[in-house]
Amino acid sequence: MLLTAYLLALLALVLAWPVPVALSRARWTARSPFAAMVLWQSIALAGGLSMIGAMLVYGLEPLGGNLLAALRRATTIVLGNESPGELHFWHLFALCTAALLTVHLVFTLLLTYARIVTQRRRHRELLALLSSPSGALDRTWVINHPAPVAYCLPGGSRSVTVLSDGLMEALAPEELAAVVRHERAHLTQRHHLLLWAFEAWRAALPWLPTSRLARAAVNSLVEMLADDVARRSTPDAVLVRAIALVAVGSADDGERPPGAHGGSLPATMDNGEDVDVAARLSRLLTPRPPLGRTATAGVLTASALLLAVPTVLLLAPGIA
Amino acid sequence: MASLGELERSVMDLLWSAPEASTANDLRDRLASNEGPDHAGKDLAVTTVLTVLSRLEKKGLVERERGTRPHRYRAVSTREEHTATLMHEALGTAPDREAVLARFIGAVSDAEAATLRRLLARG
Repeated sequence: MLLTAYLLALLALVLAWPVPVALSRARWTARSPFAAMVLWQSIALAGGLSMIGAMLVYGLEPLGGNLLAALRRATTIVLGNESPGELHFWHLFALCTAALLTVHLVFTLLLTYARIVTQRRRHRELLALLSSPSGALDRTWVINHPAPVAYCLPGGSRSVTVLSDGLMEALAPEELAAVVRHERAHLTQRHHLLLWAFEAWRAALPWLPTSRLARAAVNSLVEMLADDVARRSTPDAVLVRAIALVAVGSADDGERPPGAHGGSLPATMDNGEDVDVAARLSRLLTPRPPLGRTATAGVLTASALLLAVPTVLLLAPGIA
Repeated sequence: MASLGELERSVMDLLWSAPEASTANDLRDRLASNEGPDHAGKDLAVTTVLTVLSRLEKKGLVERERGTRPHRYRAVSTREEHTATLMHEALGTAPDREAVLARFIGAVSDAEAATLRRLLARG
């Protein structure tokens, strides 16, 4: 039991710091954003599982030779109102921390979800009053604003893509088509769910390097995944031009005097957490081949193993 | 008969373009004289306009002037202010950054913008 607790704690530590730091610096992720995304999810899940698992196993150690037996004994103690004499202060402390951490994670996940849903509903209400459907494009709304802006608003069957007048003016038809394909890819691949989960993870444990790095990496990876969908039917050069025009256009817009055209936008990155445009462009300008089949299989196997290790450590001794 | 959503839109358009607060009766008359493609204002009852106004009030878009009878309504913010709010949320520059709307390009730094300008000039 103690050995299991130490192994889980070690895994939690490794997944909290060195592994995410190395992965966020790795260059192969731009070549296979999908595999990288799977790996990040596995790191987050395995990290949380081993963190909570380590404290649970340590706390229950005096009650049984394995987790399942100890849990059965703990249930008898709680239900039978017996005195948990075998448990000392540090055991109880670990158990309480594990319980609090679990509640905290679940609660933050739900709270973040509620906040996002509220804000999205409000956004949709305003949008309905301020934009009009695009004549040519299905489920696409056009809003009257001079800055070139494109984004998608997820909401099941009511998902829409929003484009600004400024964007329609700045881009040629094929560039515009690339932007719309990019936004639709976000919606069809349900990227908002990933962004939500990793935003909640960061909000719950902001002091943990892994949660901050993971969110930044996931933000960047979903853009690359959407770019890759647009690239299937658009030459890279067209997409590059669209990205550059939109980025420069929104920066120029911020330099105009405020109020000159109904609300200008600050163009500076406020906290460096935004998606790295340079990384996105460089993989389009100097494309490198995607990871080979063996390498991709290796990354996916590693992801599966990462999840399997804490699960086996927790459950196997009890089942065997 | 236009849907409530379309009516909300028409009413907000009128309030945004009106120089001063309007009564439900004014709004109904102006909606009825609208020559829009959907004829949103045809056969419109004042009670319907009041329903629309109270929905908009609940959403925080419209406010009622106190102490006047009949009530006079005005838009809380201008159309431009609301558009700016939406754009800030979309670009992730809003103070509350949790909308998590995947956007084509977020804000870029000045240095990045300069590099991109060179890139565009080149090709």
